[in-house]
Amino acid sequence: MRALISLLSGGLFGLGLLVSGMTDTTKVQGFLDLFGAWDPTLAFVMGGAILPMAAAWIIAQKRHLSLTGEPLPARPAALIDARLLGGAALFGTGWALVGLCPGPAIASLTFGGWPGLVFLAAMVLGMIGFQWVDSRRGAPA
Amino acid sequence: MIPMDWICGLLGGLMIGTAAAIYLLGDGRIMGASGVIAGLWQSVGSVVWQGRALFIAGVVVVPGLAAYLAGGADTHATINPLLLIVAGLLVGYGTRLGNGCTSGHGVCGMSRLSPRGIAATATFVGTGVIVMFIARHVLGVI
Repeated sequence: MRALISLLSGGLFGLGLLVSGMTDTTKVQGFLDLFGAWDPTLAFVMGGAILPMAAAWIIAQKRHLSLTGEPLPARPAALIDARLLGGAALFGTGWALVGLCPGPAIASLTFGGWPGLVFLAAMVLGMIGFQWVDSRRGAPA
Repeated sequence: MIPMDWICGLLGGLMIGTAAAIYLLGDGRIMGASGVIAGLWQSVGSVVWQGRALFIAGVVVVPGLAAYLAGGADTHATINPLLLIVAGLLVGYGTRLGNGCTSGHGVCGMSRLSPRGIAATATFVGTGVIVMFIARHVLGVI
């Protein structure tokens, strides 16, 4: 059951990224180019994605368990700190420079050629690098 | 006449949101791409790992197949290796530090009106717009 759900949502997510044009870096960079030839497509993608997910959150409030019997995630504390905003700012910088975020970076694996592979490898390295820095910071002196 | 790109965007967006809804109501998980990817080496061997690996397999294979059947797709990404490496490192490090990306904070967070999701999304879009302006219109590097 869990395997089917994972595969189905992954496949639909990937297909949505392709259909929406989000695996095309010119569309993503076009959205961020507010002071140039602005392309609003990403706003339609985000709007379209938020609709079914908002409905899912409303359903989730009335249920306590998922189909697989897992507890549905509780609302996290509304903590807006330097990690959240600093991380988002670093991400936004890289996102603008190439036009890829983590989802499209893997969805385009089969057709993104070597630039996609270089970006993906660097992204994974960045994730592992963060874990390394974070674990050292958290370790007792 | 509404541009075809916008209609495709809306349609693809509905698919992305439906995928996130299936992930949440089906398995009780938040569909955040950066978290699922990093979870691949943080939960090796467990049932959770299997779910993540299958999710990633779906994300890779289905658009790959669809692009093949449609006669190919192109990311139009830069071929400047330095830009690709710097941007990749920033996206990887930043999404882990900020604990989410466009799917987790943007789609899943904003749809439940999460203050964290809204703040993060406003920050990465705002930073993206500023960096785009500087890099494209001031420095002319992208």
